[in-house]
Amino acid sequence: MLYWRQVNKNLLDLSILELAKRLQDKSITSVELVDESYERMEASESVIHAAITIRDKKEALALAKKADETRTAHSSPLHGMPYVVKDGYVTKDLRTTAASKVLDTFMSPYNATVIEKLEAKGAILIGKMNMDAWGHGASTENTDYPVTKNPWDITRSAGGSGGGPAAAIALRYVPFAIGEDTGGSIRLPAAWCGITSLKVTYGRVSRYGAIAYASSLDTVGPTAKTAEDCAVVLEAIAGVDPKDATSSPHAVDDYANGMTKSLTGKRIAFPTEYYKEGLDTEIKAAIFKAREQFVSLGAVVEDVSMPLLEFGVPVYYILAPSETSSNLGRYDGVRYGNGRELFTKETSRRVMTGTYALSSGYYDAYYKKAQKARTVFIKNYASILSKYDAILAPVTTVPATKFGALLEDPVANMMMDVYNVTVNIVGVPSLALPCGFTKDGLPMGMQLIGNMHGEKTLISLGSAYQSATDWHTKTPQGVTI
Amino acid sequence: MKGSLLSIDDIKKIAKLANIPISEKQSEELIKQVGVTVAYVSKLQELPTDGVIETSQVTGLENVMREDVVDESRMFSQVEALKNATHTHNGFFVVDAVLEASE
Repeated sequence: MLYWRQVNKNLLDLSILELAKRLQDKSITSVELVDESYERMEASESVIHAAITIRDKKEALALAKKADETRTAHSSPLHGMPYVVKDGYVTKDLRTTAASKVLDTFMSPYNATVIEKLEAKGAILIGKMNMDAWGHGASTENTDYPVTKNPWDITRSAGGSGGGPAAAIALRYVPFAIGEDTGGSIRLPAAWCGITSLKVTYGRVSRYGAIAYASSLDTVGPTAKTAEDCAVVLEAIAGVDPKDATSSPHAVDDYANGMTKSLTGKRIAFPTEYYKEGLDTEIKAAIFKAREQFVSLGAVVEDVSMPLLEFGVPVYYILAPSETSSNLGRYDGVRYGNGRELFTKETSRRVMTGTYALSSGYYDAYYKKAQKARTVFIKNYASILSKYDAILAPVTTVPATKFGALLEDPVANMMMDVYNVTVNIVGVPSLALPCGFTKDGLPMGMQLIGNMHGEKTLISLGSAYQSATDWHTKTPQGVTI
Repeated sequence: MKGSLLSIDDIKKIAKLANIPISEKQSEELIKQVGVTVAYVSKLQELPTDGVIETSQVTGLENVMREDVVDESRMFSQVEALKNATHTHNGFFVVDAVLEASE
């Protein structure tokens, strides 16, 4: 039995800028692109379940036709480009669930800013993707909808919380997706699905209309095939937004411009504590090889000490549950949605953990202590990043896990993001990108963590690496049993 | 509390504060699972933070204001505001009574 059909079309293997060029010279059309997106989804969705809600095909094709008719020489590279978002963004035209039955039938009366910005550029939203409900999880198994399968091995998780968008990009449903990262939710699924993704500087992209998990950690970012594609998308979605008081007034860079193949003069920190016990030996070997690759591209890579790693997960698992216990207080089934009895076990656990950490008598020992630790982390990162352009770190301790491994074990679930959570605690950006495959054919990822608003530097480092390697070009071939 | 599991009364109290309906069976599970999480994060007590000032947000922005004017484009009509509510009456949300009439 064939799990999914192979699609004969391959336009969606091309980069965003290449597709934009061909759309401009009219050698291809948006109608063809959207048509290929649907063909790809039809070929594998019944197995993979990357999506929760898919836009009606006729509607999407009508938008594509309109995009072809209205394209000018000044159109954005994203004009007429199909895309998907994690279902944690509110959208007027498609239901928004956050993968929870609490919002099963919710139709937002407004669009998230990121949706508005992409719509203004002419991009075409075709689906709302699967996730752990409310972003609570590292495997997408905590969804209330059919669980997303990893396209590289359907007995394994696609990662989480944004397993849906990552699987969609791995299968080339669309040229890019929008994810959301609070403690690794963009980077972990990217690593497990073999794609590239960017966790932006806190505030770089407006959070307006992003269903809040933990407001001081939540970030909105792109997921795509390459660092360059992420750059093109970031340029379209970044910027200050009057509707989000925490959005950054820092100038938006021309992120995709000025990429070079040489990294001469660039300095990368290699935190030795990150490569000790607990890290899978194949991932470790792959990142050590990537380190050599960066050196051969001209960068200087030096060992540094970042000894606070073991305190990262405790800080995160106080701050994030505390914030989510407050944010999810609004779901009372009165103004919209269903009742709180429909929260998943994982969500109930996180809300209750947070409630405990904020409760009278425990606030100082937990929440306040974690906020102080946050300051300590910020200083530790600053001391490294004042001397280096980026920190090279793993994304996950292991490649994609089998289903069930993370579902009922809160500590295993927490530890999966040990390398990711401190990035959110500090607020800095991080680019996750593929760095190899295990002997069993599972993708492995690494991340480059940069300074506040250092996205352009990360993209140039990632892009140079991808010009010298081809991990990011590999796609899952489907399986026959 | 540090390092120890929570009691059934703790779990029931937290569930009440969090407005999470839980059954007896679930509270047994939660004692273990929330207890494990709390015990794990308690490791943080080992990190010295004397004299450190807390961080609540990382943007460095302060007092972000907007003009004190009504933006009608962001206002919902009554119909829009009510369209996702399960229980409405005469254009209003129906909520559970907070105060009960006395006998």
